[in-house]
Amino acid sequence: MVSTLETRQTVEEVSGDYKYGFVTDIEMVKAPKGLNEDVIKFISAKKKEPEWLLEWRLKAYKKWLTMEEPDWPMLDYKKPDFQDIYYYAAPKSADDRPKSLDEVDPELLKTYEKLGISLQEQEVLSGVAVDIVFDSVSVATTFREALKKRGVIFCSISEAAQDYPELMKKYLGSVVPAADNFYATLNSAVFTDGTFVYIPKGVRCPMELSTYFRINEANTGQFERTLIIADEGSYVSYLEGCTAPMRDENQLHAAVVELIILDDAEIKYSTVQNWYPGNKDGVGGIFNFVTKRAACRGKNSKVSWTQVETGSAITWKYPSCLLIGDGSVGEFYSVAITNNYQQADTGTKMIHIGKNTSSTIISKGISAGKAQNIYRGLVKVMPNAENTRNFTQCDSLLIGDECGAHTVPYIEAKNPTAQLEHEATTSKISEEQLFYCLQRGLDVEEAVSLIVNGFCKEVMMQLPMEFAVEAQKLLGISLEGSVG
Amino acid sequence: MTMLEIKNLHVEVAGQKILKGLNLTINPGEVHAIMGPNGAGKSTLAYAICGKEGYEITEGSVTFKGKNFLELTANERAGEGVFLGFQYPVEIPGVSNMNFLKAAINSLRKYRGEDDMAAVDFLKLIRAKAEELEMKPEMLKRAVNVGFSGGEKKRNEMVQMAMLEPIFSVLDETDSGLDIDALRIVADGINRMRSPEKSILVITHYQRLLDYVVPDFVHVLANGKIVKTGDKSLALELEKNGYAGLGIDENAA
Ligand SMILES: Nc1ncnc2c1ncn2[C@@H]1O[C@H](COP(=O)(O)OP(=O)(O)OP(=O)(O)O)[C@@H](O)[C@H]1O
Ligand SMILES: [Mg+2]
Repeated sequence: MVSTLETRQTVEEVSGDYKYGFVTDIEMVKAPKGLNEDVIKFISAKKKEPEWLLEWRLKAYKKWLTMEEPDWPMLDYKKPDFQDIYYYAAPKSADDRPKSLDEVDPELLKTYEKLGISLQEQEVLSGVAVDIVFDSVSVATTFREALKKRGVIFCSISEAAQDYPELMKKYLGSVVPAADNFYATLNSAVFTDGTFVYIPKGVRCPMELSTYFRINEANTGQFERTLIIADEGSYVSYLEGCTAPMRDENQLHAAVVELIILDDAEIKYSTVQNWYPGNKDGVGGIFNFVTKRAACRGKNSKVSWTQVETGSAITWKYPSCLLIGDGSVGEFYSVAITNNYQQADTGTKMIHIGKNTSSTIISKGISAGKAQNIYRGLVKVMPNAENTRNFTQCDSLLIGDECGAHTVPYIEAKNPTAQLEHEATTSKISEEQLFYCLQRGLDVEEAVSLIVNGFCKEVMMQLPMEFAVEAQKLLGISLEGSVG
Repeated sequence: MTMLEIKNLHVEVAGQKILKGLNLTINPGEVHAIMGPNGAGKSTLAYAICGKEGYEITEGSVTFKGKNFLELTANERAGEGVFLGFQYPVEIPGVSNMNFLKAAINSLRKYRGEDDMAAVDFLKLIRAKAEELEMKPEMLKRAVNVGFSGGEKKRNEMVQMAMLEPIFSVLDETDSGLDIDALRIVADGINRMRSPEKSILVITHYQRLLDYVVPDFVHVLANGKIVKTGDKSLALELEKNGYAGLGIDENAA
């Protein structure tokens, strides 16, 4: 599985450049700049949404107006000017709902090919179904008919609002309430597109589902919303990937992801996040402020979050698990790389509510350049949660002397039967390791990439094969120039 | 052409003068042994040949097959065919022996302008080499040197050498920590590397290894220089009389 070879080749090919940094020139439809009720109505109308959803948005907006931007993360950044952002931008050609690939604007298809995602090929070869979100709209969803035959719903969330109102009404905002936190509330007011998945009872989704998010337009924010429901006894593996053009200004990405897992069901959710991280001097890059939460409502339900975070100027993200059903299981596997001036404050929350629930947290933070990497995690055991277990392991790897790694674990155990274990290490790539690799013929970048991939192995192993290769390449690329 | 020519080599580590005018010439096909008291600078010499960072060459030259070696980086020197069997092999967590060697082989091939080795060929080769050195196949899947016993680490170095097929190997105390059977297995491995085109420099404290791997020359390194050179009988003599017998104060390396 380890593909140091490809890593190396890619490292050479791109030689330090963010290769996803180009801009697609395409005619766009935008909402007027700034945020007010009219803009929200504009978005809702564009999406031909039912009335209840518009009301839901407006309620969230009113709540948001009363909220303050949080400043507890250990992050240092200039707060966005919310009136200087476009909240809706979509290719004109995507004015109607997503269609079959043949009808998609060729300019868009080219964009994805350039990003290494050949939609046609994906459809034929790899058997991964993809939902493609370009700025504010979903422009294509592959394999949807094949999936429908098995009862699996895989579509954009805008379509779901029209076609599956019962499911949407029942579950939207049921895990991350509209008033949850500053950025989640903003998202509830202005979310544009994202993916909706429903796996019916007893169905094992026959293929990997994925969404590819692309920010293209300048001065836009991307506010996507993903909702996945795994009904009793079902299983799905879902992947998301993301990129954006290189720009000197910071762009905001504030997403909400909600997962609902019923009795004996399982969701495996993997992310490879590669938003533009800004340049070497810390100019530009994406602000990635994301709320991701899974509710394990059923007994013996299971959720597994795996994330490889290499991009973004700032990441603020804590995929969480509400372990409600007895015997439910939450897992969090994370690799967060920060280089140059990148900052990441990321971790997870495991809330043990049901009996015999268990959770595992494996976090690998890698810091290079002048970057700061913070693991922030909460393990909470509620009074009625008998016999819960948590294992947490946080490892930090430092490359160079100017970067930092911090671990902030919070533990609140209100039930004495809880068994909680926590391990943390901080290490450096040693001169001895580097020389050992060089003596065997590897060059410095190959050596760093190999050592870092080894450091992250427990997390990388959790990724589906296609993603693992991609993620390994990214590790190598994002650390370029960090040594020697 | 000479394999390795070291002239008047002066090396400083952390501002400390370790090697002070060392001369050594090794021809293709020759096996040389270096002995000497602890702290004499034997490993320092090995590192200086292989280009380790922090080993500052303040004077002198190292020429390998006619090339000025001091101009090359450590991985380029490896590419030229130099292998170092480490006195203290390094652990690389999470990277399997197998993947490490695959990366190494393909880097060396790339340096020499060759294509990557086919995965099937690689597997065949590594299985064969592991068997020759009586290393259990499971060890190949384990992370490089992590949790290996002292002797297993040394044997692992030999598997790497056998895989990478260097033309010049420096083996820094590869015999320390080996049990009696392992010593013979490793010695056989070294002898398989002997050929008219290849040379070996073994650094050792014991005559034992030299019974199996018979050297053409034995040198004694002390006070930062080669102070005596002889044939294999010099090792026997040292074993009997110690360095004091040569008039070398063991404490004043
Ligand atoms: N990084 C360093 N800082 C300071 N002194 C060093 C450093 N590296 C090596 N030395 C010193 O250089 C001298 C030579 O060390 P070296 O490892 O080459 O000896 P050696 O001959 O290989 O000894 P041994 O037989 O014990 O392996 C020693 O005195 C050692 O302490
Ligand atoms: Mg030594």
